[in-house]
Amino acid sequence: MSAPIIAASARSITKSFGSGTARIEVLHGIDIDAYESEILMLLGPSGCGKTTLISILAGTLTADRGELRVLGEPLHAMKKSAITRFRARNIGFIFQQFNLIPTISCEENAAVPLLIQGMSLSKALPHARKSLDQVGLSEHMKKRPNQLSGGQQQRVAIARALVHNPRLIICDEPTAALDAENGQLVMEIFRGLMRQPGRCAIVVTHDHRILQYSDRIATMNDGRIVESVPTSKFDFDHHR
Amino acid sequence: MFRLALKMLFGDSAKYLMLVFGVMFATFLMTQQSSVFCGLMRWTTAILKNAPAPIWVVETEVRQVNQTIAMRDTDLGRVRSCDGVDWAMPLYSGVQNVRLENGSLTVVQLLGIDSTTFAGAPTRMIEGSIGALRQPNAVIVDDLALSRLSPDPKTPLKMGDTFEINDQEARIVGICKAMRSFTGGPFIWTTYERALSYSPPQRKMLSAILVSPSAGRDADSVAASIERQTGLKAYTNAGFQSSERDFNTATMFWYVKNTGIPISFGTTVLVGFIVGVAISCQTFYLFVLDNLKHYGALKAMGASNGKLCMMLLSQVTVVGLVGYGIGLALASLFGLAAIKNTQPPFYMPDVIPFAVLGVIILICSLASFLGILRVSLLDAAVVFRG
Ligand SMILES: Nc1ncnc2c1ncn2[C@@H]1O[C@H](COP(=O)(O)OP(=O)(O)OP(=O)(O)O)[C@@H](O)[C@H]1O
Ligand SMILES: [Mg+2]
Repeated sequence: MSAPIIAASARSITKSFGSGTARIEVLHGIDIDAYESEILMLLGPSGCGKTTLISILAGTLTADRGELRVLGEPLHAMKKSAITRFRARNIGFIFQQFNLIPTISCEENAAVPLLIQGMSLSKALPHARKSLDQVGLSEHMKKRPNQLSGGQQQRVAIARALVHNPRLIICDEPTAALDAENGQLVMEIFRGLMRQPGRCAIVVTHDHRILQYSDRIATMNDGRIVESVPTSKFDFDHHR
Repeated sequence: MFRLALKMLFGDSAKYLMLVFGVMFATFLMTQQSSVFCGLMRWTTAILKNAPAPIWVVETEVRQVNQTIAMRDTDLGRVRSCDGVDWAMPLYSGVQNVRLENGSLTVVQLLGIDSTTFAGAPTRMIEGSIGALRQPNAVIVDDLALSRLSPDPKTPLKMGDTFEINDQEARIVGICKAMRSFTGGPFIWTTYERALSYSPPQRKMLSAILVSPSAGRDADSVAASIERQTGLKAYTNAGFQSSERDFNTATMFWYVKNTGIPISFGTTVLVGFIVGVAISCQTFYLFVLDNLKHYGALKAMGASNGKLCMMLLSQVTVVGLVGYGIGLALASLFGLAAIKNTQPPFYMPDVIPFAVLGVIILICSLASFLGILRVSLLDAAVVFRG
């Protein structure tokens, strides 16, 4: 088996919030790698900096110091506008609260990343429908998001995250707003769609029940990565 | 992204309607009020349109056409002898009482014109002829007079009917179209001599002298030479702002300067503007705030500030155009009804819709400015924070 290809790699990332005496460092020199064709889950107590870290990896937040390469691009050295374009092309997002636009239909929601890239709605909709089909929602394409259950809404969000075929998918607590059963179903679908070569997902979660869908688990504590192991070697009992 | 922006806009129908209403209200109020104002200003010059002559010579102190200060009859001869004058004819102009058959009184604008040349006669006859004015007691009335002077508005007067001006008989021998007067009364034409006999006797009765410049001379220079040679005031009559000496312009500006009319209309226009700004800005900002979370998500997903800005602008543009369109249509309907009804005055020069459009664009720019600022300063990282 050939060596895994790095999708995203962070070196000595630090990040502080606030200024003057109120300044607190949240990330204290993070080193982390995420590989293609894997789902990497980030675990850690509340407030340890998980969201901050994935925001930096996704390019929506800039680090104070350190190097960041995502899909070969040096994000730490790029201008904000270039990073914005980079995100539009290469990154898919799944949020805890789904963040679907309530006044437009599910298929239109799923088409949004293509629209952002400048595709017309009529060209984008067939792709959106295909993507919704893959998450099992072909029945509900014309509905507004609030006509669907939470689990279904998160599946729309997955369809949206994947519609433009991004190579890196960033998820922050994708199942936190769902009940156990729906959380499992959503992750099942997500896992299935991730079985495509070249895709990498970084998933922040509190939900131990979904850890089984990961390939690797990194544990954070107080702004540092304390452990990073393949899921098969993860000590579930210890972390319970 | 454009379609997406519109769908987001229409999706929130309550705010959309509110926004359109704000712009529509502002457009309607500003257009309608300015047009009524212009109509009213035009009415002030109705006599100039109804007794057309290239030059009007009046008493030195006269500043506007509805003001009559009588001149001596001898002034007519002095004007006739002026350099560049082709013809000069007397005009009597005065507001008189007409007694209706049921005994009530109504005011009319009486015009007495020269009985040989008929200078100052109506230009748009509907029935009868101007020459019939030579018959005894003959008058020509405008169509408004037919209903106004009839004791029963359901059966308007017709050709041959009679009524009384200051208790003397007048018989309708012609009907014409005329511009409505500022005082709201109808216009009645008769000969100069008969007009004098209809009016209570006074020492001086000559209200104005209508003059035409001789061939090859322009009205402006002839008017100037009449003023020099007679000491009277000579105005030209070629339409608003046609020249420094134009009587229409002098009259309208007199009303603008000396009456509260512009202030009262101006206040209403200002109210339209302020209400438009208030409703549109506030509602649009609320709309943006409501959608802020989504704009944040779009930003995270790679939408640039420019794209988001275009989204907001297209939303505002659609609201602005729809609201403006409806508002203008309503104002035009109002105008059509007003014109059909002959009042209130309504005149919409081309400049009004364009000026109002400019103001609406200003309102929309103000409304979108805050939203654009808010969205531009939005940090894409917020999407990950509940
Ligand atoms: N914009 C900000 N300004 C100031 N402090 C911030 C900001 N964002 C995060 N923090 C602080 O940084 C720390 C890490 O926050 P972060 O959201 O990354 O934690 P987390 O691991 O995602 O927590 P949770 O599991 O509760 O979501 C927290 O103490 C938080 O208060
Ligand atoms: Mg978090």
